[in-house]
Amino acid sequence: MIRVTRKYRLSASHRLHAPALSDAANRDLYGKCNNPYGHGHNYEIAVSVRGPVDTRSGRVVDIALLDGLVRRQVLQPFDHRNLNEEVEAFRSAVPTSENLGREVARRLKQNWRAVFTADGPQLENVAIAETSRNAFQVSAHEIE
Amino acid sequence: MLITRKVEFSASHVCRNPRLSDDENHALFGAAANPHGHGHNYVLEVTVEGAPDPVTGMVLDLKQLKEILNREVVEIYDHRFLNREVPPFDRVIPTPENIAVDIWNRLEPHVSGGNARLHGVRVYETPDLYVDYFGGAA
Repeated sequence: MIRVTRKYRLSASHRLHAPALSDAANRDLYGKCNNPYGHGHNYEIAVSVRGPVDTRSGRVVDIALLDGLVRRQVLQPFDHRNLNEEVEAFRSAVPTSENLGREVARRLKQNWRAVFTADGPQLENVAIAETSRNAFQVSAHEIE
Repeated sequence: MLITRKVEFSASHVCRNPRLSDDENHALFGAAANPHGHGHNYVLEVTVEGAPDPVTGMVLDLKQLKEILNREVVEIYDHRFLNREVPPFDRVIPTPENIAVDIWNRLEPHVSGGNARLHGVRVYETPDLYVDYFGGAA
């Protein structure tokens, strides 16, 4: 088996604020990320796919199909958006990189079979880098 | 313990299946099917697994690994048209998947032995697209 990883970039704003906590507790917990006006990042998203090499194409995954799926499910709804206000999932969940990674993986996994066959490439994991100094990896097995 | 060494090579290739028509190849490979070829700056990361030798404190001699990578991969692949000059790509489509498998096959007999074992090969075709191969059925 071979693993293919494709990187994508998106820029978005967010604010980290847990409604269950007091304003003071939120400031303590999230620091600058709790700024009420929000702030933004250039996110890097790496999507890893695993599968056998197709004998006809010599490839594991048709990159154009993967790019299309990521564009429709992730880049179009998230890029140059305010995640808290414009993405339904983050009306209830705090848009941390952990939750963003799970949401990206969930969207890809739930729409995977509309694009790829059962014996074709499988989604293995999604890695989110909010900045170049930290990385969060979510396995497809962790997602419904 | 895992140790990774990185090298680069630049090469041209064409991705097309000779059993398919021009239209089918274009649908499958897009711009990469251009019969005149195109090129990439490939980055190769080779990861070796092993326990450090108690005397030297090293898993393997990195000078030796550098020589193996240069001799077995860079001198063969660098500044070449892979389809025409580097077998098996006269008959195997030089996708990054197949390049990773070929590089594994070239390196494995030279790297594995003693304390060390070839663990994985990562081939970047561009900074945004890479392939990992860890041996076994591709």
